[in-house]
Amino acid sequence: MRQALEGSQAIAQAVALCRPQVVAAYPITPQTHIVENLARLVADGKLGCELVSVESEFSAASVALGAACAGSRAYTASASQGILLMSEVLYNIAGLRVPLVLTCANRALSAPLSIWNDQQDSMAVRDAGWIQLYCADNQEAVDITIQAFRIAERCELPVMVCVDGFTLTHTLEPLELPSQEIVDRFLPPYRFSRGLDPLAPLSMGTLVAPEYFTEARHLHHEALLAARQEVEAAAADWAAACGREQAPLVRVDGPPEATIGMLTLGSVFGTLLDARDQFGGPPVKLLHLGCFRPFPTEALRAACTGLEHLIVLERAISPGADGIVGAEVRSALMELDHPPRVHNFAAGLGGRDVPLAIYPRLLDAIGKPHPRMSAIDLRPELLPDKAHAAGEAP
Amino acid sequence: MTTRTLLDLRLNQPRFQGMEAGHRACQGCGQALAARLVLEATGPDVVVANATGCLEVFTTAWPDSAWRVAWLHSLFENTAAVAAGMEAALKAQGRNTKVLAFAGDGGTFDIGFQALSGMLERGHNVLFVCFDNEAYMNTGVQRSGSTPHAAATTTSPAGVARMGKRHLKKDILSIIAAHHIPYAATASVAYPADLRKKVRRGLQVDGPSFLQIHSPCPLGWAHGSELSIEVARLAVQTGLFPLIELERGALTGAMHIRQIRPVTEYLKLQGRFRHLFTDDPRAREELAHLQALADHNIEIYDLLGNSPEALDTEGADTVRRGGLHSA
Amino acid sequence: MIEIRIHGRGGQGSVVAAYVLATTAIDVGRFAQAFPAFGAERRGAPVASFVRIAATPIRRHCQVAQPAFLIIQDETLLELPETLAGLLPGGGIVANTQRDSQALSDTLGHPVHALPATRLSRDTLGRPMPNTALLAAFLTLTNLLPVAGLKDALAQRFKGDVLARNLDLIDQVAAATPAGLWQERAHATSA
Repeated sequence: MRQALEGSQAIAQAVALCRPQVVAAYPITPQTHIVENLARLVADGKLGCELVSVESEFSAASVALGAACAGSRAYTASASQGILLMSEVLYNIAGLRVPLVLTCANRALSAPLSIWNDQQDSMAVRDAGWIQLYCADNQEAVDITIQAFRIAERCELPVMVCVDGFTLTHTLEPLELPSQEIVDRFLPPYRFSRGLDPLAPLSMGTLVAPEYFTEARHLHHEALLAARQEVEAAAADWAAACGREQAPLVRVDGPPEATIGMLTLGSVFGTLLDARDQFGGPPVKLLHLGCFRPFPTEALRAACTGLEHLIVLERAISPGADGIVGAEVRSALMELDHPPRVHNFAAGLGGRDVPLAIYPRLLDAIGKPHPRMSAIDLRPELLPDKAHAAGEAP
Repeated sequence: MTTRTLLDLRLNQPRFQGMEAGHRACQGCGQALAARLVLEATGPDVVVANATGCLEVFTTAWPDSAWRVAWLHSLFENTAAVAAGMEAALKAQGRNTKVLAFAGDGGTFDIGFQALSGMLERGHNVLFVCFDNEAYMNTGVQRSGSTPHAAATTTSPAGVARMGKRHLKKDILSIIAAHHIPYAATASVAYPADLRKKVRRGLQVDGPSFLQIHSPCPLGWAHGSELSIEVARLAVQTGLFPLIELERGALTGAMHIRQIRPVTEYLKLQGRFRHLFTDDPRAREELAHLQALADHNIEIYDLLGNSPEALDTEGADTVRRGGLHSA
Repeated sequence: MIEIRIHGRGGQGSVVAAYVLATTAIDVGRFAQAFPAFGAERRGAPVASFVRIAATPIRRHCQVAQPAFLIIQDETLLELPETLAGLLPGGGIVANTQRDSQALSDTLGHPVHALPATRLSRDTLGRPMPNTALLAAFLTLTNLLPVAGLKDALAQRFKGDVLARNLDLIDQVAAATPAGLWQERAHATSA
């Protein structure tokens, strides 16, 4: 049913439809409305789950872990500092191969302190061993959240659903929420093969000596690579169930003859779509990377075959190195016969608004010398005469 | 200008303004007032470690800062540890600048608790000040361990299946007491002289001290911004927020209440307790619970006391301690 | 596509106003988007929120830099340059003020419809919450969406006496506002 919903509200309702038994809640801007909406559903008797209001994100992830191991579908959400604080647990969850779904309401990382949107937080934990999916808009946030539970439970891998904080979470727009029947048919009851059960006791989280560690890590790596199929299968089944086309790995929008491509993750994609219509110019393929882990190497190569230039516009930066997404994209494409020249930029760091005008600026930048990685929306007039440490008052 | 009385002298005495006006706190913010009062009492020779929360957000929107003291904001959960590090450094340098830690109830009761306990256990010379507005206010009024029983917040809303927060307000002072630190106390923005006195006491301690300041939040508690002081005063006068002092875990002081008020007088001013004033039988039950909590405090802290003073509570204490000199 | 920016102070319901306006559009079958210029929680601070309404899906997620209309919930904000920044030539301003529409139009160089929304809301709602009155005036002036739609959107958020008073306020304001005065402007900027 088509409803006017705020992103967070829709995500909360999507989670509720998946019938979680345990939800761990710790508030952090801009995820707060998700946990608040879930609390409201519980208070109104509409969601029968154990809502555990924990004392920190470290505990939020730990509560979710404990619940999932003890046999209940569990969920939590966080952002930014919270993701970092729980990062130890995130690695632990993934290494233990526990199915969980977590919404990351993408937000910049301190210092400097920022409450606004960029993707530094989820990028910071890209090696934790979670599946990482990125939503281009709020309808994807709803659809992908529901798929995430199935993917997690089939792969026995945790899934992080990344949704741009504020930009998507606090935006109200028309969204379709599926019925409980459709979700119930798509998502069977939670079953974890290695659950903690007195009738079949096992030990989880044991000490693993060098004799066995490599194989364990190898299996985890393989599982993530194989998860690609599950991500695609879930998307196909969900598309059939809800009637909406899904684009799980790489969404490609643009004429096949285009030799210029622009790749991004998250809400900026929609802005680029409108900008291309508004500004015209040379044919451009717009690509959205909906799955970052596992990295969709084949799908990306297929999408980029024939491109001479690929602009990678990302929402995070690895200080002192190339762009995070940019480096991985370059690496994936280098084995093409004619790999495109990759132009790597960051934009919208710390929530700076990314206007339609970014599109012509990006196209313009192709023809000019530029660093291997830089912020396309840098305002040089704000830079001081000599370097000041962040946080110092002038 | 002719000085006529001691009061004139005192009123004209310059007070240290550690926190300047022009910051972005809400109208009626209890925390802003409390922070200002604390720094009035400490003076400038301090270094502050401040937790994430309303206070640091409304005082330091770059490039402006309201602070006139040396000040660092790191993260949410590590304030006591950062303060401990500052203290260790100053000690190694042989300096006696006092280290202050500022945190909200989230940064004290919940996410910051581990670091606080460690700092206290190791005996660092830090005055830890908790600005207690009883919820995660900066992020939009979500419940914390300090949220009172039955209070509505966005993560403990009142509804068909719930009557606000199910769990009790964490008795942080008993937990602090169990660390047997030299000095711990509660204070309230409605009793500024008492607050400053307690800050000065903490300053004098060579070791850890802890001060929990009840700081109304008009937005989160849902009352008029002009009622902050009255609400804070009622919290004390009902016995729900007793003003006490502990040394090495033993009770050594309590502000007596001359006229105990029923908890309803405090609760009814605040929208976060609105659901307790309906015909719902659960509401009556919760009101009884809260009154019982207040009664319990009155008993265990002997808040009625035996004072024969004819003056009001704070006035009585001030006179007993030697008049306006000490206020 | 029509883009509207709402300026107010924290506590005046600017974000709710944006959400209600977008909800109204969505419920009558249009596409719409509403979001605040995000910031930390605090009462009294200037806040802006954005609304887009269109006949086709809205894909962009950037802020509204060139609004066709402004809704001003607090007149002191008219003194800040960022309030009027980017307003399209001829773009209308609905302002909560006791001042005169014509005088303000002359000063600001844009058509202004002034209404004392604080006083009206205090009288009818019992509290100074100007957003309903301003939205009612805006929709009456532009004929962008049916006022009945606004009432339905409010009914999703409010109940009982509060709702009844809001509906009453809408009727009062709609009756006193020149209907369709900005209709051409609204359709010219609509895509």
